[in-house]
Amino acid sequence: MFNRDRWIEIIEALNANKLRTLLTAFGVFWGIFILVALLALTNGLRNGATANFANSATNSMFMWGQSTSVPYKGMNKGRRVQFKLADVEVLKEKMPSLKYVSPRQQLGGYQGANNVTRDEKTGAFQVNGDYPEYIYQQYMDIVKGRWLNYSDIQKEMKSAVIGTDVVKSLYDIGEEPIGTYIKLQGVNFKVVGVFENPNTQGDSEEEANTIFIPFTSFAKAFNTADNVQWMAITAHDDVSITDVKEQVLSIMREQRSVHPDDKRAIGNFDRAELFAKFTGLFDILSFVGYFVGALVLLSGGIGISNIMLIVVKERTNEIGVRRALGATPWAIKSQILQESIVLTLISGLAGIAFSAGLIWFMNYFLDNNGPVENFANPSVNIVVVVIALIILSIAGLLAGFIPASRATTMKPVDALRTE
Amino acid sequence: MIEITNLQKSYVTGNTSLHVLKGIDFSVKEGELVSIMGSSGSGKSTLLNILGMLDEADQGTYMLDNTPIKNLNEKIAAQYRNKFLGFIFQSFNLINYKTAVDNVALPLYYQKVGRKERDEKAMHYLEKVGLADWANHLPNQLSGGQKQRVAIARALASDPKVLLADEPTGALDTKTSYEVMELIQGINEEGRTILIVTHEPDIAEMTKRVVNLKDGRIIDDRLVNQIKASAHV
Repeated sequence: MFNRDRWIEIIEALNANKLRTLLTAFGVFWGIFILVALLALTNGLRNGATANFANSATNSMFMWGQSTSVPYKGMNKGRRVQFKLADVEVLKEKMPSLKYVSPRQQLGGYQGANNVTRDEKTGAFQVNGDYPEYIYQQYMDIVKGRWLNYSDIQKEMKSAVIGTDVVKSLYDIGEEPIGTYIKLQGVNFKVVGVFENPNTQGDSEEEANTIFIPFTSFAKAFNTADNVQWMAITAHDDVSITDVKEQVLSIMREQRSVHPDDKRAIGNFDRAELFAKFTGLFDILSFVGYFVGALVLLSGGIGISNIMLIVVKERTNEIGVRRALGATPWAIKSQILQESIVLTLISGLAGIAFSAGLIWFMNYFLDNNGPVENFANPSVNIVVVVIALIILSIAGLLAGFIPASRATTMKPVDALRTE
Repeated sequence: MIEITNLQKSYVTGNTSLHVLKGIDFSVKEGELVSIMGSSGSGKSTLLNILGMLDEADQGTYMLDNTPIKNLNEKIAAQYRNKFLGFIFQSFNLINYKTAVDNVALPLYYQKVGRKERDEKAMHYLEKVGLADWANHLPNQLSGGQKQRVAIARALASDPKVLLADEPTGALDTKTSYEVMELIQGINEEGRTILIVTHEPDIAEMTKRVVNLKDGRIIDDRLVNQIKASAHV
């Protein structure tokens, strides 16, 4: 079908009106360019945003006590719910699907009063009482020293792991923090490690302004006994935390003598659900990308169809001559279809090449100028490109179809009479 | 070569029907050079178009080289045109973005003749019409007479049984017209059957037989003493 003569015919015909061919081609070029670029940008946003979740276990939830809203077992509503360490053991025992249940305590924090001192230097930091497995729920890089361990927990060691920003405010440049002592609300703790958030985007500032100490030492130093302020719970990989959340909450209601229907007494935050919503948002964005891109491509295809109609009309006489010389209707039709497909494919390939260049440039820029918030590695799946090419060929075929049949329905004598 | 009996054709536009051919009986033998004369509206072009399978008759039979031309679909009509007929038009109808040699080769392209053979044959016919040196010129670089000679070469390229010429000199001045007629006469001398539609008596006199049409009927069909165009050139 595509022999050398055909190619020459096609190129001659397309060359006959260069400007028009170029403008028509631009419609499809632009369509495929927009489609690929939109998908790449969507992917970049998705990659950037999901990177924010990368340093935390997404299959996790957090849970804390609030006030009861329903009277129960002779107790008034409005009672404060206070978790206890025993609750953690009960949860672990009753719910084997949970991988980690970390009880947590916390004081101070962002914009709080100065609570940490070292010699003359002071600062306001968030102090967390934690168990060692918390690092599996919120990933941290230990840049110096070590993370908390069970020896710290059992011996109620006054050990502290501090963020890099804490080091900056409490130490002089070049000063070694490991082994030194800092005062947390007047209680001396020995610095055993320095951590850094592996993700430098988003809320890393706050993360790096944090001090971790053993949960048991926190309880002893700040007199919180076996109270638990909140819990970070992660399920095993094959279980969705969203599915077992209700079970966890009802066990806690039973433990804390809360009415089974009292939804307000225990607050929770489901990171998996948020993550799902988040990825859902990007699925919608991708869909919009596909939709808009496909529509722009469609209008490019209509442009080709339109121009082919004009071309056929203009060449009515020529088509009449060709038929007089012995061109069969199929010979005429296939030539118009091929012109249309070739025009579509060449301009489409140019569009893909151009958008690939743009993507390359964006990546090059990001690599050289450092990461941009919420945007990383814009890219498109090769499958998407292949699909776009298939859509293009079909569009080219459809675009040529009406003009092609228009060209051969006329009687040759009428075609010859047209000037 | 051509046998037609009781050929009728009407054009219907809205409520009015125009009876253009009112029963034509006509035959052409191999090697004849026939001119079809008539004032405009006499139906001479319609007759030629039907003979050329570019249009269909309403009634009547048509035999071309002992092949009945009847109920053709466009594909077969195209193949017959390609095999049996060569067309020469008043307005030349060359394809303006193709060179002279490519124009001449076009019927062979539709015969699926290979490129090399096609170019050789096309050059051969261009030489025959004296335009070998103009082979790679585009039509708009040629004069009217040259264009018509390219068109004649094109009509000959597929070695057809019959040449059909619709006012071949209509767009040319007298001198060029005679040059073209000289060429046509020469082709006829080689034994090719040629039909020419014209309204110019001097052109008709250069054929061997003149058929006069009036209001869709043949009113006169006579052999004439051919005047050689070369005498005028």
